[in-house]
Amino acid sequence: MDSSLLLQVKGLRKYYRVTAGLMSRTRGEIRAVDGVSLSINRGEVLGLVGESGCGKSTLGKIILRLEEPTAGEINFNGIDVINLKGRDLREMRGKMQIIFQDPDSSLDPRMTVGGSIEEALVVHGISDSAELEERVARLMEKVGLEAGFRERYPHEFSGGQKQRIGIARALAMDPQLIIADEPVSALDVSVQAQVLNLMMDIRDRDGLAYLFVSHDLSVVKYLSDRVAVMYLGKIVELADKEEFFRNPLHPYTEALLSAIASLRPDGRNRILLTGDVPSPLNPPSGCRFHTRCHRMMPVCQQIEPQFTESAPGHYVSCHLYT
Amino acid sequence: MKSVYGNYAEVKSEIVLEVINLKTWFFTRRGIVKAVNGVDFALESGECLCLVGESGCGKSVTALSILRLFDSPPGRIVQGKVIYGGTDLAQCPMPYLRKIRGKDIAMVFQNAQSSLNPVFTIGDQIAEQVMVHQRVSRPEALDRARTLLEEMNIPQPGRVLKMYPHQMSGGMKQRAMIAMSLSCNPAILIADEPTTSVDVTIRAQIIYILQELKNGRDMSVIFITHDLSLVKEIGDRAAVVYGGKIVEVAPVEHILKNPAHPYTVGLIDCLPDLSAQSRRLPSIPGNTPNPLDMPPGCPFHPRCPKVMDICREVEPAMVNIADVHTVCCHLFVNMGGGSGNG
Repeated sequence: MDSSLLLQVKGLRKYYRVTAGLMSRTRGEIRAVDGVSLSINRGEVLGLVGESGCGKSTLGKIILRLEEPTAGEINFNGIDVINLKGRDLREMRGKMQIIFQDPDSSLDPRMTVGGSIEEALVVHGISDSAELEERVARLMEKVGLEAGFRERYPHEFSGGQKQRIGIARALAMDPQLIIADEPVSALDVSVQAQVLNLMMDIRDRDGLAYLFVSHDLSVVKYLSDRVAVMYLGKIVELADKEEFFRNPLHPYTEALLSAIASLRPDGRNRILLTGDVPSPLNPPSGCRFHTRCHRMMPVCQQIEPQFTESAPGHYVSCHLYT
Repeated sequence: MKSVYGNYAEVKSEIVLEVINLKTWFFTRRGIVKAVNGVDFALESGECLCLVGESGCGKSVTALSILRLFDSPPGRIVQGKVIYGGTDLAQCPMPYLRKIRGKDIAMVFQNAQSSLNPVFTIGDQIAEQVMVHQRVSRPEALDRARTLLEEMNIPQPGRVLKMYPHQMSGGMKQRAMIAMSLSCNPAILIADEPTTSVDVTIRAQIIYILQELKNGRDMSVIFITHDLSLVKEIGDRAAVVYGGKIVEVAPVEHILKNPAHPYTVGLIDCLPDLSAQSRRLPSIPGNTPNPLDMPPGCPFHPRCPKVMDICREVEPAMVNIADVHTVCCHLFVNMGGGSGNG
């Protein structure tokens, strides 16, 4: 296996059964993640973009096994993650961590900040109090928090500082991969930039990889090496950052890019998508995007396009390019 | 304060709403929160004025104060006027204000989900507002509601009328809210972060609708947002709010090209721009101030890269730095009243 490869995901699916009635009869399945394959190299940042409900957060959680997949393979560092149990699973999770969107609900309000960070170390078997003390101090310094904040409680901090605490917790076991699930969407713009810069500094220093999940393409452009776009449980486009922004292929990507109001004028016409994202309970036939696509062809309603490489490293699933 | 905006009136538009030295304070157990602490602005007919700022800066409370929609107690307008149609809405009796709310001045809130009543259909909720303010029958009101939904580009409006909020998507609910706010042809629409809780593609739809509305109706809009890129899309004039005060006002194109206040400069710089190539984002150090413990002098001085001694003690006053551009910063005091463009 290629030694630069850190994470490889193949054919991942997660279906949620929808039940109703007295006997809990199955009424249908929500295909939150429906056949996703991707890989992340060591030290690489993969941006994962999509609208709410497209399955991007579920995908992040499955990779960590916070959700059990319905089918598929996850390979992290050459280890088959799906079949890990008990201690092995816990050990693996030290190397693969997650930062959540809302720092408020991911910190225990009754635990001091030092305690919260310490917990991440204790869980992984570090019990020597001098070592704990020293490592907590180092982690806090790493994320730009004053050592004096140690005995304070989460409510005494601003949103940006709380997110720094979340990052410190994630860094506790020197992970190789961090899944960042919308880490800056709850923050004010002026603070957003601070946290993004911090995440990039940590990556440059420690050489870790991110799966950066976001709905905001401008943030993704800022820190990703490659970008993947997800729509209704499937990845519809994947390319290197430069190629992705210079030459977006999928009509959905085009629409997303044109929906970003940029401060600088550009010549691109605005593409307005009609309607809402269809329900994943009953996705459209053929190409899932055809109901909103501005370049829809008859074939799109019937046949699902294949995810193919249309240029070196640039994958797209759209009938326009097959 | 008229002098500040006086020069801008060369477009010959009339002022529909004037907010003068408004102070809305909240008297809490932990202290007085001066959420709005001396806000002045004038809204001209047909314009879209954007109030821009970060969370806690007082932009939403400013909007709520216009219609006195904040919780009272603990909130109270301790000073200032809100002049609409010759009446001071900050002082007028409640029955009068209730006639203004929804009819003359309507509001769209950030979270459509919690603003809609879950046990009534959309049609009922829109029709109710029409019937409260106008002498029309229920079928007429429902007809009105259907036309409005159609204007919002909602497919099958007849079907949507009979839907309950939980049956609709977030974007549809937000559009229904806008339809409801427009049901009595208001003179002023206050939109408080109407696109924050929806996806980018839906946001583009809503902004498009608002742009069309602004052009098609004789209506002024106060658009509240934290997102400067939206300001560029929709605003005519922008007022930047920080620490309960407006720190800079100018036409949108002007303020984006020549921001004067160090806070505005910082806000524009720290947006990740799609066309930018640099790896590191400029950022504003520190955090937004604690409203219970506002810094003395200029509220921005602890984070300001150009801070001077005077900023720590004396609160700056609004000065005119160009015909249509005012800023509240000690850096520009010497230019006060001048016509030069900084």
